Amino acid sequence: MSKRKFRIWRGDATGGELKNYQVEVNEGEVVLDVIHRLQATEEPDLACRWNCKAGKCGSCSMEINGMPRLSCMTRMSTFEETETVTVTPLRTFPVIRDLVTDVSFNYEKAREMPAFAPPVGLKPGEYRMQQMDVERSQEFRKCIECFLCQNTCHVVRDHEENKKEFAGPRYFIRAAELDMHPLDAKTDRKELAQQQQGLGFCNITKCCTEVCPEHIKITDNAIIPMKERVVDRRYDPLVMLGRKILRRDQIAPLASTEPAVHAGPVVVDETKAPVDFGRELLPPMGAAVNAKGKVDLNEMLSDRSAAASPFGDDVQFPVDPTALNYYHPDKL
Amino acid sequence: MDKFVYDVVVIGAGGAGLRAAIEARLAGKRVAIISKSLFGKAHTVMAEGGAAAAMGNVNSNDNWMVHFRDTMRGGKFLNNFRMAELHAKESPDRIWELETYGALFDRTKDGRISQRNFGGHEYPRLAHVGDRTGLELIRTLQQKIVSLQQEDKAEYGDYEARIRVFAECTITELFVTEGRISGAFGYFRESGDFVLFETPAVVLATGGVGKSYKVTSNSWEYTGDGHALALRAGAKLINMEFLQFHPTGMVWPPSVKGILVTESVRGDGGVLKNTEGKRFMFNYVPDVFRKQYAETEAEADRWYTDPDNNRRPPELLPRDEVARAINSEVKAGRGTKAGGVYLDIASRLPAEQIRKRLPSMYHQFKELADVDITSAPMEVGPTCHYVMGGIEVDPDSAAAAVEGLFAAGECSGGMHGSNRLGGNSLSDLLVFGKRAGEHAASYVDALPARPKVAASDVDSATQAALAPLERKDGDNPYALQHELQEIMGDLVGIIRREGELAAAIKKLGELRARVAAVSATGGRRYNPGWHLALDLRNMLIVSECTAIAALEREESRGGHTREDFPKMEPKWRKVNLVCGMGPNGEVTLEHQPVPTMRDDLLNLFDKSELAKYLTDEELPA
Repeated sequence: MSKRKFRIWRGDATGGELKNYQVEVNEGEVVLDVIHRLQATEEPDLACRWNCKAGKCGSCSMEINGMPRLSCMTRMSTFEETETVTVTPLRTFPVIRDLVTDVSFNYEKAREMPAFAPPVGLKPGEYRMQQMDVERSQEFRKCIECFLCQNTCHVVRDHEENKKEFAGPRYFIRAAELDMHPLDAKTDRKELAQQQQGLGFCNITKCCTEVCPEHIKITDNAIIPMKERVVDRRYDPLVMLGRKILRRDQIAPLASTEPAVHAGPVVVDETKAPVDFGRELLPPMGAAVNAKGKVDLNEMLSDRSAAASPFGDDVQFPVDPTALNYYHPDKL
Repeated sequence: MDKFVYDVVVIGAGGAGLRAAIEARLAGKRVAIISKSLFGKAHTVMAEGGAAAAMGNVNSNDNWMVHFRDTMRGGKFLNNFRMAELHAKESPDRIWELETYGALFDRTKDGRISQRNFGGHEYPRLAHVGDRTGLELIRTLQQKIVSLQQEDKAEYGDYEARIRVFAECTITELFVTEGRISGAFGYFRESGDFVLFETPAVVLATGGVGKSYKVTSNSWEYTGDGHALALRAGAKLINMEFLQFHPTGMVWPPSVKGILVTESVRGDGGVLKNTEGKRFMFNYVPDVFRKQYAETEAEADRWYTDPDNNRRPPELLPRDEVARAINSEVKAGRGTKAGGVYLDIASRLPAEQIRKRLPSMYHQFKELADVDITSAPMEVGPTCHYVMGGIEVDPDSAAAAVEGLFAAGECSGGMHGSNRLGGNSLSDLLVFGKRAGEHAASYVDALPARPKVAASDVDSATQAALAPLERKDGDNPYALQHELQEIMGDLVGIIRREGELAAAIKKLGELRARVAAVSATGGRRYNPGWHLALDLRNMLIVSECTAIAALEREESRGGHTREDFPKMEPKWRKVNLVCGMGPNGEVTLEHQPVPTMRDDLLNLFDKSELAKYLTDEELPA
């Protein structure tokens, strides 16, 4: 048993300060024990969230010596005897009081995430899945929603303005979990992650993975596969080859081609002359514009390294002659 | 003060509460979910082992009748037989339903939901996800609620049109008008502002009472709110003397004392040893179980690979037997310094297997205690875990004695009798959560007019809630809670004696005046001291119920062990102890007969087995 130095942030939305405390610490204790001792002795109204005290509920998230941690999982023995332990609230979310922050951002993002779509035609009890197929999603379902990943992600940590369009790592793993769910009936999870969740903001610094108390490989197992597979669909070599050798109307439309409007299959009248401007053709998908109707210049928003094409992403240069209002004379 | 009008208000956002809310919403009602913590943090996340349901995926001999038998045996025949029957029949459907909400249970080879062995269950029966089944359950229900909100958004343009979660909100009072529920009153933690819900139906799903104990696996929320709210509203509590002490909680290091080590450690081969290195459970097999459990280590060890031809290891005896055995070993001086025994899996399975089968257990010990369970045994001992007793409800409708009041999950009573089997609580909360939601909705439909909340009731609830902040000279709430925990832990713990129980009742009586005069410092915004001050009266009244009922029941049965009455008495099996509240807020106690089991259910048992529990005249001819 010894007295240890603590600095704890006290205050509310209007401001606050770090206050110094000398607290008794016993062998085998964690930071949350110390906070509880402070509450029971000198600071009964010190606000702090906690529930299970076993690293399972994800309530007691805070920043300890600047690191986002669960306070119930931060053993006092990891600090030097003489070290001052500084405890502050999560920085990314607005402070309510002391160590408690308003994490409603996360619940709002959760609500925007399309739910599991049950497979049509399977009744309860008829679901069959192999263990190895459910394991990938199960990794993400380990998430205890401590929101440390959301807190540490630099896209929103000091950028309030990004919060509107960015769902954050917690919801990327949710998207990946559903994408990899063997029976989820929704097939465009990756595209939604790209288009609606702001997956493109992530530039893979892996901070989220580093702070995850459940050791979920957020970046490697969820974000990167989601990014890759979005790109895959666009640049899959088979699809590319298909685009080269097939007519446009023979290529299955990409799920990601929204907001393109497809006019339906082209009726090719082979009896017509080489050039027929009246022939109905599939219009190009149009440029990938943002809400303001502009092409995004910021590559962070894009799923490729170069800027988006102003002619639409499905137009390849040189233009495939079979997709023009022109037939080669040989064809006549 | 904020005022809301709802059709059904569900108090508690754990498994039972969320399942009730889903059902009420599906029945077309406008539903409020009151969560004492953030949404998705409820104590349900702590359940590790699994949810018991006789799906028969692993052993096709399993069916509801076998499950029913196991449940009744586990509860020592004190269970409300109808609840046990409904539970056994309906839990498979409740589990399968979760898959349609997106749950991902572990699988069998043929792709069905895998089921594991667990103490007291004859066949592998627990649907599970590694050792984080509770988390899967709560997340699945949480996400189902979100998906219902998305449907409402599409239909009404508002996520909260028909189901709204009030996070970090505590209910301090229920209002009853002319014998019917009319509303609920509480405060928001964040702002300290008060809130009034006008509603004709309330579903209580507030969980347990463990925070009244010194060593407990329960979180701060488990202050018996639902039990106390029901008592004050005029409902009754039954079986309050029966508390389950989980046999294997962590005893070292001290800061994590009470955290549970799942029973599946034993199901997967873990054994209990005392400090002399002896596998002591063989000495503690009670006569009623003698036939089903192995007598030698060799036979027990063969069971893990060949369960059909060998009897089970005694480490898998029901929880109360294991808890009592550990307690006896420690008292006989064969325990560790920290007051526990060793649970050894390290020497029984290869490290790789342990990490694979018990991932979060491995993780928890490594992170919290720096103990590697693949190389060293764990130090474990009994810890307060679950209350079998609770609000007396109608088995089919989950309705309490007050009109418009329903209860489900741990805060309701009867289902588990004197002892709950592991895995039965997760299925209990699904089965009766659904029933409570369904019947609350139909109760509202049948109601001719909605009762009005009396303004004077709101005023007095407001004053009662503010009182601790206004008093300056009362006791510190933390000190009072500590005293209460000491009394309950020392005098109303796992092994009970007449003198100690009487002393506990006296001390609790003395505490009553001090709890009534408790004072809290600080303001109303997120003030944990104030919140605890308001919770204390709930903890106290529920503790009094437990102590008084424990003194009255002069026998040992399930989660109630009297050192002075060590035997199970068939005549006591016919008695439920029912607590109510008298006119001055005092606890009243009465005897009430246990409902008599129907013959078709009675016939599911061997007569020789029934003879262990029933009196001669009760036995079928």
